[in-house]
Order: sequence, then structure tokens, then C-alpha cells
Amino acid sequence: MRQRKIIPGVDPKLLIKDAARMMPDASRRSFLSGAASLGALTFLTGCDIIDGDTAESVLRKISEFNDGAQAALFSRTKLAPTYPESAITRPFPFNGYYDEDEAPEVDGKTYKLEVAGLVDNKKSWTLEELHALPEVSQITRHICVEGWSAIGSWQGTRLSDFLQRIGADMRAKYVWFKCAEGYTNTIDMPTALHPQTQMTFKFDNKILPRSYGFPMKIRIPTKLGFKNPKYVVAMEVTNTDKGGYWEDKGYNWFSGL
Amino acid sequence: MMSAETMISTAPAATTIHPRWVRVCHWINVLAILVMIGSGWQIYNASPLFDFLVFPRQIALGNWLAGALLWHFAAMWVLVINGVVYVTLGIVTGRFRRKLLPIRPGDVVTDMKAALTFKLAHDDLSRYNAVQKLLYMGVILAGVVIVLSGLSIWKPVQLQELTALFGGYDAARYVHFFAMAAIVGFLVVHVALALIVPKSLRAMITGR
Repeated sequence: MRQRKIIPGVDPKLLIKDAARMMPDASRRSFLSGAASLGALTFLTGCDIIDGDTAESVLRKISEFNDGAQAALFSRTKLAPTYPESAITRPFPFNGYYDEDEAPEVDGKTYKLEVAGLVDNKKSWTLEELHALPEVSQITRHICVEGWSAIGSWQGTRLSDFLQRIGADMRAKYVWFKCAEGYTNTIDMPTALHPQTQMTFKFDNKILPRSYGFPMKIRIPTKLGFKNPKYVVAMEVTNTDKGGYWEDKGYNWFSGL
Repeated sequence: MMSAETMISTAPAATTIHPRWVRVCHWINVLAILVMIGSGWQIYNASPLFDFLVFPRQIALGNWLAGALLWHFAAMWVLVINGVVYVTLGIVTGRFRRKLLPIRPGDVVTDMKAALTFKLAHDDLSRYNAVQKLLYMGVILAGVVIVLSGLSIWKPVQLQELTALFGGYDAARYVHFFAMAAIVGFLVVHVALALIVPKSLRAMITGR
């Protein structure tokens, strides 16, 4: 019950499996069910708009238009609201499309962050080297595409500083991330360069536990939670949009806040 | 395009109850609001605000969260653009002032009593009784609140001042929900009365 007060509408027990449970069967992947609402629409317009492929491609086109609208609305200097320590949600929820005990286990001793694409220095980074980078901290609100939110405390180094350090082409359009379990994510360069976008190594001033993305998470308080990849093992600066795990299944690409 | 005459006429011909712009906006709004509510219920189901309320899949649009979000953020443009046109014309043509004002509490009580005892007359469809005035004014305000609270939920960083106005992100979700509930409540009464007084439905289609 205490949990419910902190995150309205969230049943902690269900949270873990939420993402997986929400995925429809592959056989009815379409976005068009909802017999009553669409039935009413068909009735009112007198035409059959349930024709799946057309409607779905129109919806995807509008979603791409919305990417542009959100990019235009995005401010490089506007900061996400920050909170006092007392506001931190405890315990901070684990969330993923798998159970917590199925989360990737990355060996910190052998871990290396691979860097690729439009950068001068493609050397890999050990955890020790990454931990030695200048540290910044933020207490911000994590907002899930499902609607619930939770406030967390993250420490790490600014992604923009790191991109500068490795000589990344800042005029490139995207930064792509790959994670230990195969999850992927592409973000736009303006968001990558936002002052609060962080390569995160700690949660609440302690090394990230496995459930929160050890050894590295990308914390982006200006984007929905699924655009904040955990267990990141590689990044690439690129002009090609390589999509992402959830984006490819239909979530809006930009998903800015 | 509508003719300027239709748009600005403040004293329509005696036989015209609803000018064309009102009818066009009304039916576009019907489509937009049905999609917004149906997809909104699906989005709600992904993280329900109340233990006792989950919307049945059959009446929720989009099949799952991603589809519902695509519908919601497509129909929002139709809802908002159409709504801005409607409210702007309602104000500049004087229609809102003429039709919806004044709303006197005494009249509301009298007309409510008459309505509940089925004694409220509907002889002149061009004049709204006090209960109608209150409901139409109320649903327009609910429309404004649902759009602003929706923007607060969608853009709690870029539009954080607006989100703060609603008491923060989590509170804005509740405001958005209750504005939906108010609109759905209005629709139940509105559609029931249109069916009970069919000439009012005809007037919204043909104008007379």
C-alpha cells in the first residue's frame, strides 16, 4: 500500500512483467482492434477504415510527423525538474520486458564499452576508466510510456563531455546504444548533447545494482523510460537511424518529455 | 471553405438553428473524441489509476499500448485544431455569448426540476434552457482542461510550467482522467437526449 502512494496506479508485483504482458500475440500485432470504437467510426463515416495496412501506415506516418514536432519543441537548455533526496521513490521499481532474475549479468572486470562510428578515438573503455571521468548527479523523474513515474537519483558523467572527449562528430544525427541482452536504442544528437543526459554508473550514490542496469545506464530525463537503455555495452555515433527494440514495435521514436 | 457570410452572420435566417461551421466542427469533433476516448482507455489500462477500474479490451482502441498511443497522438491534432477553430468562431461570432449566457442558478434549478419530471419544453431548438447552457458551457471547459492536462502529461519537461499548474505530472494524470469522465458523462446525457428529441439530431445534420 505504501508503494501505491508513491507511484499512483502501480502495482509493484505486476510492474516487473508489465512490458512483456502488454505485448500482444504476434498473430494480432495490429494496432486496429477495439471493436466498439472503430465500429462506431465506421458507422459514422460510412466507410471501412478498419482496413489494416492503410490505417497502420497512416498512423506510422503521423508518428513520424510527431517526431519532428517534438524535435522542434525540444530545448537544448531547458532542464528537467529536479527534486530533493526526500522525494526519491523507495524502492525504485525494476522495469523491463523480462523478470528481474532474468536481467543481464555483466562482469565488471572484463567489461569494455565499445565505441564506434563517427568518432576520432575508437578505443574501448574499461569500467575503471569510465569511473574516473568527472561525476555529475541528478535527482529526476523517470516517466514510463505506460504512464507511471518514479523519482530516482543517478550519478555518472555527462554524455556530451564523453562525446567531446572521444572526438565525436557532433553534427551527426544520432547516437545508437547496444545493450548486453540485445536491447537497442537510437537517440537524436540534440538530446545526446543535453546537459542532463548522463552515462550513469551509480544509483543513489552506490554502484548500479544489476536490476538498475550495471555497469552502465544512459539516463535521459527528457525522454520516456524505454529511451533510457541499461546494461549498455556499445555506442555508435551515426547518421543512420538504426531504430530500437520498442520503437520498432510501434512506440513513438522521439518519445520526448 | 465556408463563405464569410456563413461564418460571421450573427443573426442567421430564422430557420437555421446551427450554422454550417457549427455542424462541421461538431461532427469532426465526434470522430476525434471517439478515437481519443477509445485509445485513452487502452493507455489507461497500461497503468490504471484505480484498482477497481480497467476498461474492457473490446471497447479500448489500438489493441495494445503502442497502437493506442499512435491513435491518441494522431487524433489529438484533429481534436485540438478543430477545437481551436470552434472556440474561436464561437467567441468572435458571438454565438457562445448569445446561446450560452447568461446562466442563472435560479433558472438551472427550475429547468432541472422540469427536466427530471419530463416537463421541459423543446419547442424552440434555437434557444437553450438553463440546464443545456450549463452542460454545454461545462463540456467546453472540460475540453479545454483535458487538452491542457494532456499536454502536461505528454511534455512534463518542455511544458513543465503547465504541468506544475496542474500540481505536477502524477496529479495531471488524475485531472486528465476526471476531465475524460466528465466528457463521457456529458456524452451519455447528450446522446440520450438527442435520441429522445430526434429533431435536435436532424438540426445538427441539416442545420434546420
